[in-house]
Amino acid sequence: MSTDVKTIPQAEHLAPNGVKLPVYMDNHATTPMDPRVLEEMLPYFMEKFGNAASRNHSFGWAAEEGVETAREQIAKLVGATTKEIIFTSGATESDNLAIKGVAEMYKEKGNHIITAVTEHKAVLDTCKRLEKYGYRVTYLPVQKDGLVDLDELKRAMDNKTILVTIMFANNEIGVLQPVAEIGKLCRERGIIFHTDATQAVGKVPVDVNKQNIDVMSISAHKMYGPKGVGALYVRRKNPRVQISAIIDGGGHERGMRSGTLNVPGIVGLGKACAIAYEEMPKEACRLAGLRNRLRDKIMGGLDEVYINGSMDHRLPGNLNISFAYVEGESLLMGINDIAVSSGSACTSATLEPSYVLKALGTGDDLAHSSIRFGIGRFNTEAEVDYVADRVVETVTRLRELSPLYEMAKEGVDLKSVKWAAE
Amino acid sequence: MAYSDKVLDHYSNPRNVGSLDKSSPEVGTGLVGAPECGDVMKLQIKVNPQTNVIEDAKFKTFGCGSAIASSSLATEWVKGKTVDEALQIKNTEIVKELSLPPVKIHCSVLAEDAIRAAIHDWKKKQDVAKPTAVAAQ
Repeated sequence: MSTDVKTIPQAEHLAPNGVKLPVYMDNHATTPMDPRVLEEMLPYFMEKFGNAASRNHSFGWAAEEGVETAREQIAKLVGATTKEIIFTSGATESDNLAIKGVAEMYKEKGNHIITAVTEHKAVLDTCKRLEKYGYRVTYLPVQKDGLVDLDELKRAMDNKTILVTIMFANNEIGVLQPVAEIGKLCRERGIIFHTDATQAVGKVPVDVNKQNIDVMSISAHKMYGPKGVGALYVRRKNPRVQISAIIDGGGHERGMRSGTLNVPGIVGLGKACAIAYEEMPKEACRLAGLRNRLRDKIMGGLDEVYINGSMDHRLPGNLNISFAYVEGESLLMGINDIAVSSGSACTSATLEPSYVLKALGTGDDLAHSSIRFGIGRFNTEAEVDYVADRVVETVTRLRELSPLYEMAKEGVDLKSVKWAAE
Repeated sequence: MAYSDKVLDHYSNPRNVGSLDKSSPEVGTGLVGAPECGDVMKLQIKVNPQTNVIEDAKFKTFGCGSAIASSSLATEWVKGKTVDEALQIKNTEIVKELSLPPVKIHCSVLAEDAIRAAIHDWKKKQDVAKPTAVAAQ
């Protein structure tokens, strides 16, 4: 193998402590597939390629069997029954189907929807579209720690409220909302509760019954499954929830989502759920340990770093930190052998800093300075140590370059400075 | 963001980082941008009182890679120029030199503003210094 040129750049891409570079630590964006998931999927491309809707031959039966096994695996992970799982192309579609489907089905009952300002765009933009069609939407603010205020939610509910849609875990700050309590408030008032659980399922315990969830979005690629497949949980009893389809066609998935099923993807999603069911307790513990190690090393090496969002109600693998006086994009440039995300405007298409961080009351200056670390199944302790060292080193270097850090050290109150606008 | 090699070079090896004594009559300080906007540049020049030539320039920048590169380049360009020559530097020249993408043009504008602000500050000091010098005699 020594003549294989491909091994040469690989050898160069080793950090001193043996860490292979680049390090992937952006597991909220997507996760690599677990090899066990791929293994499970492979037969469904060539041998068992049948259409799961073909009822009259063995090719169809084999595909259907794979799909139904997956349905069981997903249902088991979230405490649902198999008939309550609808397959979709991913969480964005699931969110659209849930919100638009409920809005249409229950429009006789009311036209009011409640959501929160820190939701994913798949929820926010769907709600915005419904506003154009005459629905009324309340966008709840969040508290400093990122959590929805239950009293504020209660006050927002009225007799026209048909749907509350609040995410389980936030994709930027990893904050876990009090879904069981939100669900209870909804149940007491006959309001349907949808939660976008894209970041939560497979990471933290999710139980649709204990947590009073009526409709829930699930994605495969955030939990070591394939891209392009997801599911929607739709409660069948206590209460029975109905949703209108947004994709019409052959009447697949009990009429709620037409379209030939993505059998290999669904099999992969099922396997990912089965692995999570077995390994979650141990994995969550390990990830929280790594995350805390990263936090402690960074905070031990730098002053004026601020954690965004609650540390108590948070996904185990998430860390979102603002490094005061350093701009996020320049920090990403400095740690370009590490894949993470920033809330800085310069890294977004809109040139606006993260709306999630702004909603927490984080100033724009600190939003520009934020980095999201997403630690996942395949990250190691050595990688965490490497990342922490590189971050400390780069932030220190950029602060030497930062007029704001210099001014702050001289005792200038940056808030009182009259900044010349561009 | 795919940056040019020149931006990457200025980012990795910024020229003339540091601070000059802002109370010195020979030093002009420009501080432009705002933390909320994600860009703040401090550019300082030290001007020879006899020749009006900028003998030294230093910068510190809070901002993205192209903001750092633009201000680093600005300090290189103003050095050795007279203040009047330095005022001729245009942001478009910075864009060209660093091959900045359209979304980063504001960084070059800010660098031009920083040069002007530093010169303005220095000129203000000269206007104040003259009458005081007369009074001292």
